[in-house]
Amino acid sequence: MASDTDTSFETVTTPRVVRERVNPLRLTWRILRRYPVLPAFIVALLVIAAVFAPWLAPHDPLVGKLQDQDRPPIWEDESPISLKGPKWEYPLGTDPLGRDMLSRIIWGARYSMLIASVVLVSGALGGTILGLIAGYFGGIYDEVLMRMVDLTLGVPFILVALATVVVFDSSMTLIIALLILFSWSGFARQVRAETLRLKASDYVALAVVAGASAKRIITKHVLPGVLNTVLVIASLGIGQLILTEATLSFLGVGIPKPRPAWGSMVAEGRDYIDTSYWMALFPGLAIFAVVFAMNFLGDWIRDRLDPRLRQL
Amino acid sequence: MRRLLVRRLLAAIIVLLLASVLVFALSRMSGDVRNLFLSEYTTDEQWEAWGREYGLDKPYHEQYFRWLSGALLLDFDISVKEQIPATTVVLRKIPNTLQLAVGAYVFAMLMGIPLGIFSAIYRGTLLDLFARGFALLGQAMPGFWLGIMLILIFAVYLGWFPPGEKGDLRSLVLPSITLGWYAAAALLRLTRSAMLEILDSEFVKLARAKGASQTTVIVKHAFRNAIIVPLTFAGVFLTALLTGAVVTETVFGWPGLGRLAVQSVFGTDFPVISAIVMFATAGYLLMNLCVDILYGVLDPRIRQS
Repeated sequence: MASDTDTSFETVTTPRVVRERVNPLRLTWRILRRYPVLPAFIVALLVIAAVFAPWLAPHDPLVGKLQDQDRPPIWEDESPISLKGPKWEYPLGTDPLGRDMLSRIIWGARYSMLIASVVLVSGALGGTILGLIAGYFGGIYDEVLMRMVDLTLGVPFILVALATVVVFDSSMTLIIALLILFSWSGFARQVRAETLRLKASDYVALAVVAGASAKRIITKHVLPGVLNTVLVIASLGIGQLILTEATLSFLGVGIPKPRPAWGSMVAEGRDYIDTSYWMALFPGLAIFAVVFAMNFLGDWIRDRLDPRLRQL
Repeated sequence: MRRLLVRRLLAAIIVLLLASVLVFALSRMSGDVRNLFLSEYTTDEQWEAWGREYGLDKPYHEQYFRWLSGALLLDFDISVKEQIPATTVVLRKIPNTLQLAVGAYVFAMLMGIPLGIFSAIYRGTLLDLFARGFALLGQAMPGFWLGIMLILIFAVYLGWFPPGEKGDLRSLVLPSITLGWYAAAALLRLTRSAMLEILDSEFVKLARAKGASQTTVIVKHAFRNAIIVPLTFAGVFLTALLTGAVVTETVFGWPGLGRLAVQSVFGTDFPVISAIVMFATAGYLLMNLCVDILYGVLDPRIRQS
């Protein structure tokens, strides 16, 4: 999506010599088009919220005040159901238990980021190693790996996750494990394909002739060549990962309650949608903003590092 | 081509078997089926008799083969909740989900393909900006939230459509958009990039050079070639469909497969869950096989390799 803007821009106009006065408005527009300023800003905000949640959140995300149940956001006059007015303490209003929406959203960023980063790093690591092995050694390794990849792609993940959580009871560890089990395959498949390509290259053949061990060839000659691909897949996949986690939380099998997860906040707000829209609107907006920013950045990074992966 | 298809078919069967092991393991780990009928009047003899009836007195591998041979004949045991065959329970819900799927597919096609084509032709214009915004929204909005917001705007505030519950055709609109937007976004991006690539290709340049009009170039040369890409999209769509259906049907209270799946999971009705997972996996594999074949038919370059 972002891809086309970026590349197209570089080929168009801007003669090199023109160095006179540039209209500041145009300059801003140019920077906005060339660099993903807004998405980067959203991600920065997210990271800050995630890291500093205990200090940033004005209220306890788990404990509400009964007299502050169902407060509307500050720009509303009153809540249509409890007839309470807004309070500056709660800029985005409160939920049915009197908990501050803003604080819960800030803490939600922490859980979302925690899960996304753990899953992404382990999935990338595992998928890359397996992909390298399958691609380099081929044969039975390759066959086994590809069938496992097919399995994770073919089985409806949400249903298996739902069933697993019901069997084992929901916990952070289980959610992370499940998401890892289904996120490594994307890495493995692409790394395998890249490894096959690199293995056929002259410099690898030369290394074999020179008597290098398989381990040395993989780590010194193949791995550096696939790292870009891994980075691109990770940056493209993170948005999807956050969406999946939010969906599981929405269905009630994600991050266990009472921890504030954006998905489960939307689920709670859903019951009050005809009277207190803010309970579902803001957490969902947070998910949307983050996924949008991650997708945009992912496209941008892909176009810088590896435009061949456009089809992904 | 034939060898490739045989290989694919074998691979699909292996995957299906792996999925069946996974499902069987999960269903056995969910606890003893007999606990569901256990009451204070249950005698030891009755307990043992139930065990024999469900084959629980055999070792696990025998139980698995019994389960598998049943599954091959589409027999997934009796639904715990409804006390009728799980397959029947699942089959009854398929028409409802199919309606939703068709609605979503129509929405995805109507929005995705024309917007993708025109945004490639009028690249950089307002229309292109709109199309790309549409795609960005579709890929970043969580389905459950989109559904709730559509209800908020079009059912609660405007009152144009019913907020949920299956009824007349109007009740299909909001769920279809919820389910179809993500697919529409993917389709739009695919069509757009395929179209851009083709508009830049040699044969289109040649057509232009020989003086063909813009309409002829686009309709006769570009469009025909760009349409191959979205065809493969059916496979992708089907995978996204079931996940989407779980969420969409939950939000709108739609009586389809997705809602059945969620209800069965929370009611630990494992025969029904097994049936749904196996049907979905088989459907996905079958769909991909069909796409492979279709691809070979449409694109001679693939047939030879």
